[in-house]
Amino acid sequence: MTKSYEEIPLTPISDTPSTINLTGYWRVMRPVVDKSKCKKCTICWKFCPDGVIKLVDGEPVIDLQYCKGCGVCSFECPAKCIIMVKEGDL
Amino acid sequence: MREVMTGNYASAYGAKLARAEVIAAYPITPQTSIVEKLADFVTTGELKAQFIPVESEHSAMAACIAAETAGARTYTATSSHGLTLMHEVLIWASGARLPIVMTNVSRAMAPPWSVWVDHMDSIAQRDTGWLQFFCQSNQEVLDTIIMAYKVCESSGIMLPAMVIMDAFIQSHTSEPVDLPDQELVDSFLPPYSPDLKIEVGKPMGFGSLVKPDQYMEFRYKAMLGMKAARDRVLRVEREFKSIFGREHGGLLERYECDDADVVLVAAGSVAATAKDVVDSMRAKGHRVGLARIRSFRPFPHDEIRALAGKVEGMAVLDRSYTFGAAGAMFTEARASAYSVQKRPVMKNYIAGLGGRDITPRILERIFEDIQVVSRRGAEDEVEWVDVAGLQRRWR
Ligand code: SF4
Ligand code: SF4
Repeated sequence: MTKSYEEIPLTPISDTPSTINLTGYWRVMRPVVDKSKCKKCTICWKFCPDGVIKLVDGEPVIDLQYCKGCGVCSFECPAKCIIMVKEGDL
Repeated sequence: MREVMTGNYASAYGAKLARAEVIAAYPITPQTSIVEKLADFVTTGELKAQFIPVESEHSAMAACIAAETAGARTYTATSSHGLTLMHEVLIWASGARLPIVMTNVSRAMAPPWSVWVDHMDSIAQRDTGWLQFFCQSNQEVLDTIIMAYKVCESSGIMLPAMVIMDAFIQSHTSEPVDLPDQELVDSFLPPYSPDLKIEVGKPMGFGSLVKPDQYMEFRYKAMLGMKAARDRVLRVEREFKSIFGREHGGLLERYECDDADVVLVAAGSVAATAKDVVDSMRAKGHRVGLARIRSFRPFPHDEIRALAGKVEGMAVLDRSYTFGAAGAMFTEARASAYSVQKRPVMKNYIAGLGGRDITPRILERIFEDIQVVSRRGAEDEVEWVDVAGLQRRWR
């Protein structure tokens, strides 16, 4: 709803953190990790542009609330243990 | 206390007296001694401020934007290519409604490479949403910086301001300057306290994305701020005068305009020369006057309109040129005069680019020319003055 110029502040201000924006909804392809092949090299963790990979005992755990499914982790993984699967096919 | 000082030092003293809390600047000729002097003030403890040496003018403005968003009074100074490098963030500062005050030592743009006076750098920032004040004397530079904070920080304005002086003619020329008492300045200019600011532990995003359904309302509000600045400039100057005993002419300073047949409209240091020429021509019986554009943004539309209704000829001198059109001061002044029923003949004189001297003789010729064209009409609406290869009459 468009607000009157009298109701808005001088410049747009947001007081909510951007974490409310669950970017995982944008995802078409989902990264799936085959932990049996993982070498714990941390490359996927370093490369994820969204910083949504956590390392638990050296292995990647992906926060799917925010993972956009870009596939960078899958492309970079030297052990080829992250495959991208279409969301609907799961 | 009266001291002899350059325009650059007057600028630095202005920022100091206004108690700027964060100064972020990058040195550039001919602005450098402003920044040097302020760095001295901070080092010796004379001024309690955070001095941030940055790697470029773009960063200088970005640092001022961040500090101002956190509620600090900020100051910076630049010139020419430094100012134009800032262009993107200048627009951010006004859109974020941050009353930053900056000195611009107006200098020609390259190529041809030049370090001398020319207003192209300032005029190129016309649409950034900054208030723009052109100064004539070093005293005016100091006073305008102090007044600019007071104008801009009021809740109805909240826009940044550029205080402009001419390269070398002001920046490096010494004049007597009255340094007002700090206590008086403090009583005139209270500390900056914006309604909204970023605070530790209370994260907020300023200048967030808005969709097409809400963008125009924000721009409309900025327009209202700039419009309100007209009146605010006049009121602040009246208050300044009551405390410090000085004034500089509001938005448009009028010198001997009341009974003038023809007037010259100009901005910057050339106005001082023009006042002398007005005096000498009046001594010979010519009814000439000078109208000095002190505030280019907001533009003195009402004042120009009122003047245009009274005179037969209006010469507008521009120390820059808008390629494909005319001088910017001229196009604006002519637009202001359009609604006047009995319009004067108007002519644009492009002069003094890249530091070329605008001598009393040239100004006299301009007055004589506008006297003639005010009776006969102007053949050329825009004339370049004192260009080798063109008419010799200017020399
Ligand atoms: S698909 Fe992209 S966003 Fe998701 S975890 Fe891999 S690198 Fe990060
Ligand atoms: S890049 Fe591949 S092998 Fe390396 S930690 Fe990530 S998933 Fe494991």
